[in-house]
Amino acid sequence: MSGSIDLYKDVWVFAEQNNGKILSVTFELLGEGRKLADSLGVNLCAVLLGSGIQDKAQDLAARGAQKIYIVDKPELAVFNDESYTAVLVDLVNKHKPGILLCGATTVGRSMSARAAALLNTGLIADCVGLVIDPATKNLLQTRPTLAGSLMSTSVTPGHRPQMATVRRKVMKEALLDTGRNSEILLQEVAAEVLKSRTKRLKLEVEAETTVNIVDADIIVSGGRGMQNAEGFAILRDLAGVLGAGVGASRAAVDSSWIAYSHQVGQTGKTVCPKIYFACGISGQIQHLAGISASDIIIAINKDPDAPIFKIATYGVVGDLFKLIPILTQEFRKLLKK
Amino acid sequence: MHIVVCVKQVPDSQSVKFDQNTNVMLREGVASILNPFDAYAVEEALRLKEKLGGSITAISMGPAQAESALREAIAMGVDKGILVNDPALAGSDAWVTGYVLALAIRKLGDAGLVICGKQGADGETAQVGPGIAAHLNVPQITYVRKIDEIDDKHLVAQRLLEEGHEFIDSSLPCVLTVVKEINEPRIASLKGKMAAKKAQIVKWTVLDIGADPAKVGLGGSTTKVLKIFAPPARQGGQIFTGEPEQVIGRLVEQLKDVVTAAAK
Ligand SMILES: Cc1cc2nc3c(=O)[nH]c(=O)nc-3n(C[C@H](O)[C@H](O)[C@H](O)COP(=O)(O)OP(=O)(O)OC[C@H]3O[C@@H](n4cnc5c(N)ncnc54)[C@H](O)[C@@H]3O)c2cc1C
Repeated sequence: MSGSIDLYKDVWVFAEQNNGKILSVTFELLGEGRKLADSLGVNLCAVLLGSGIQDKAQDLAARGAQKIYIVDKPELAVFNDESYTAVLVDLVNKHKPGILLCGATTVGRSMSARAAALLNTGLIADCVGLVIDPATKNLLQTRPTLAGSLMSTSVTPGHRPQMATVRRKVMKEALLDTGRNSEILLQEVAAEVLKSRTKRLKLEVEAETTVNIVDADIIVSGGRGMQNAEGFAILRDLAGVLGAGVGASRAAVDSSWIAYSHQVGQTGKTVCPKIYFACGISGQIQHLAGISASDIIIAINKDPDAPIFKIATYGVVGDLFKLIPILTQEFRKLLKK
Repeated sequence: MHIVVCVKQVPDSQSVKFDQNTNVMLREGVASILNPFDAYAVEEALRLKEKLGGSITAISMGPAQAESALREAIAMGVDKGILVNDPALAGSDAWVTGYVLALAIRKLGDAGLVICGKQGADGETAQVGPGIAAHLNVPQITYVRKIDEIDDKHLVAQRLLEEGHEFIDSSLPCVLTVVKEINEPRIASLKGKMAAKKAQIVKWTVLDIGADPAKVGLGGSTTKVLKIFAPPARQGGQIFTGEPEQVIGRLVEQLKDVVTAAAK
């Protein structure tokens, strides 16, 4: 940071886009950012980096961003750790926001960690709660730690901006209102800021992830109880009927029944669906760390003492190979598929 | 090539127990282990050394007992362990850790590649790898699932993304953080364990690495933890037992509305 912390005011949201589409976590950050900006009496702003993305500013305006800083350069066409971070750092040093929020995505977590080091300021990762302390006006940032077994609340008292990455699907999206006005601020940066020593050669989209589990509203997960790779077929049927993503425990992934990108938990992905089906999963703490923010958890397990039943909203005790096909059939009827 | 792996000692989450009523963590008897994510970093370094030759140094910042994490790395085959250990470092946050490790790596002088685990299994910030890269002013690739190509000047690695994976070319030196998918860490051999027991761990202080005393420890940390508390416990709900058709019927009755709303 440069200069006194009193110079740092507005609330900024990093508007993450992928292929020109703004990610929904950005709208969640604008929803949460609005509350923070109002309680501080400052502006809510968005930062949009990319190539040919200027027309996306209207999506951010409609979600309540009052000022939108845009850097539109061919070099920024796909996310790049070095150039995106350098541009963000440049904008922060110029305009001095008090708070900077990013989604706790691969992009958000990689970029904000590098940026915080360069800006000499604090970053709290993977936050699930943000609120302004009425006494100090500092941002109180709450996050899970130790595989979700503990929560901690932290502050960045003497450095600015106060940076946070925020877990997806925890905050409510800002309401859409196309009648809102905002100021578009197209920014120029020096050529060396856009330079990078890394380059994306290609992108391979995972063939099997028809529904990305990080974004899914319903997830059907299987564990060691699925017995083998073929066992997952009945889960895919259920997922197909529900339009759900397919997840897995580490035991299933380590047995090579399904790819690592499907793993849920501490060493895999943290998910936040409306409904999570845990089938043949015992419910060890490292698995629970990834699912505890789900609205409804349904456990299907033959062992009535499995720990998963202690946290499940609904539990069914029995053989999943008998139960799941019936469940699929019932949902097919219900949804008229 | 001289490869540096950054490792950390963490409480073993398998042995962490909680008071059933208060949800408070019972710290007694909690074993400390090499951060499981760092084991992948160590393994990847060993595989690269087998291919490229050179040597591997493991560096840790932490209290005296963190030596044991370095010895675990040496037992797996790492050549040398350095512990940055100084009372002035107590209470350091992720910013400071990145700063201190970067200075230690700079002191080594000839690191061609730095590998870290994707995050610590305790703090889970995932900030230290990018922090080191930023302080060293070198490129970074996070969440690496595979290294496809490497020579003295560059590498090509696959980074795991939400929707798949991307292939990234980076000049060297650079910092990688690796995910579990990258390899299967080896079990230390008896010979390795013997070597680890005897190994001399190099100790560096804040002064040795030339860190600014004002930027380290509790005082130098940019963030402060105000409180730690147990998360609101999720309550177990309704459990259905009985004939398959019957229990599924009762479950579907409960889920009808939410499923209709959420299904795509
Ligand atoms: C550092 C660390 C990180 C970890 N990270 C993760 C992580 O990210 N994600 C993760 O999942 N785990 C993780 N683990 C592993 C975790 O501790 C457990 O080992 C794992 O979650 C167990 O998977 P599971 O529940 O599928 O298997 P098990 O524990 O073996 O449970 C299988 C369950 O299936 C039930 N079952 C079997 N057959 C049937 C049937 N026919 N019908 C109904 N039920 C049946 C059994 O009753 C049992 O409860 C981690 C561990 C460590 C040490």
